[in-house]
Amino acid sequence: MKCYLKTKLKIEYLLFLSVCFLIIGCNDTTEAYKLGQIEKINPGSKSYLKHEEIAVSPPPFTDGVFPCNDCHAFRKPNAVRRKLEWHEDITDMFNHDSENRWCLDCHDLIKRDSLRLASGKLLDFKESYKLCGQCHGDKLRDWEVGVHGRRTGDWNGKKQYYLCVSCHNPHSPKFKPLKPEAPPFREDAEIK
Amino acid sequence: MKKPVNYSGRRKFLKNLSIFAVGSLALSGCGPVTMKEFLQKNFRTLSKKEKDDIIKDLEKKYTAKYGKEFHVTDEPAAGGVEFGYALDLSRCVGCRRCVYACVKENNQSRDPQIHYIQVLQMEKEKGIDFAHSDVHYNPELVPEEGYFYVPVQCQQCRNPQCTEVCPVKATWQEPDGIVVVDYNWCIGCRYCMAACPYGARHFNWGEPTIPADEINPETHYLGNRPRMKGVVEKCTFCIKRVRNGKYPACVEVCPVGARKFGNLLDPDSEIRYILANKRVLVLKQELNTQPRFYYFFGV
Repeated sequence: MKCYLKTKLKIEYLLFLSVCFLIIGCNDTTEAYKLGQIEKINPGSKSYLKHEEIAVSPPPFTDGVFPCNDCHAFRKPNAVRRKLEWHEDITDMFNHDSENRWCLDCHDLIKRDSLRLASGKLLDFKESYKLCGQCHGDKLRDWEVGVHGRRTGDWNGKKQYYLCVSCHNPHSPKFKPLKPEAPPFREDAEIK
Repeated sequence: MKKPVNYSGRRKFLKNLSIFAVGSLALSGCGPVTMKEFLQKNFRTLSKKEKDDIIKDLEKKYTAKYGKEFHVTDEPAAGGVEFGYALDLSRCVGCRRCVYACVKENNQSRDPQIHYIQVLQMEKEKGIDFAHSDVHYNPELVPEEGYFYVPVQCQQCRNPQCTEVCPVKATWQEPDGIVVVDYNWCIGCRYCMAACPYGARHFNWGEPTIPADEINPETHYLGNRPRMKGVVEKCTFCIKRVRNGKYPACVEVCPVGARKFGNLLDPDSEIRYILANKRVLVLKQELNTQPRFYYFFGV
């Protein structure tokens, strides 16, 4: 009987130890990072991007505008700032330092399916956040560490990043006012 | 000396009778409470077996009541974790999406209405001024010109007054910092509500009503399991979600990304970055409640 009790205690002790190790193992975030099975966006070389992160795909283009080259391949490139005869939906709403900027400050004149940094470097539309960051450096910095912008998922693991263009329309980036949800029920409203 | 008359027979009888009377009165006043529930001990003194037993009973009860398969867990706090929250006052637009995401996740009563989150509209000219804030604002669109918004919920204080005043120790601070309530042990005296300087605790004045199709069947014993009439409840940082590694429901739903959450003990967490790099404040700092809920200015 005594012997049986002893082995039972021992087994319990071992179980307790293994559970402890498991808990410690689960909390090791660096370990989780090394596993990295999913695509990570790594803007620049930031050592503090430790957790596994995935980008939410950018919102879809307006129907029929992409690839741009379907139309622009047949048009003569014209770099002169002017009122466009096309893309009224965008020119009408455009409100992004419109006094000083226009299409070709972000879109490339020749390679229409790319974005273009001020340096002349071409960017894929998926990396638009780099383009935003060349003016809004402080926001890009905050976004990289997860302070600016929305994130969903696990606080201690895989998180989804929303891109700049998920919340801000690049042609009119100010966040649009929302309709608020219902206010809390007011007791005295009934009594009146 | 004369020996005193021995009344023990009668005394014993009266004592037993009174115990029986009080017991049956208590039981009849509580509505449909089983003897087992009535005799249940404080959650923190229960053994593993007792907890499992209670949870199994609860799952059965809830499944029968709401017609959905219910899960109740008692997942304990993980080591090396202390939860912290930060809310960006420069971003919040006062849209109240968080209020209703919270109601849904945490099975709050729809009628009588309970909201864990109160979004206060404040005048920019006055700054943070609770006396002149408005929780009932209802314009066509938010944010309104000249106003800012301060959502207030449980601040998960390091020095919580609510747990101090509880006469039966039905509410306490967990090792990961979450202040929880054992609804079965709560006697409904509402001392904690009087002690909380943030108005973060809410009392079930009536039998809570939740539409069966909106009930969230994934619950935690100390969190979002359905409550009963006569008990106090509060925000638990979505204990069911966060102890499974998920962000709280209010963080997930915030359309402007004003809500940030993480482990205060992890130097690489978002929350630690905010504390180190942003202008941070806590509400009613002078009361020394030491909240784990911070407000900051992202810009």
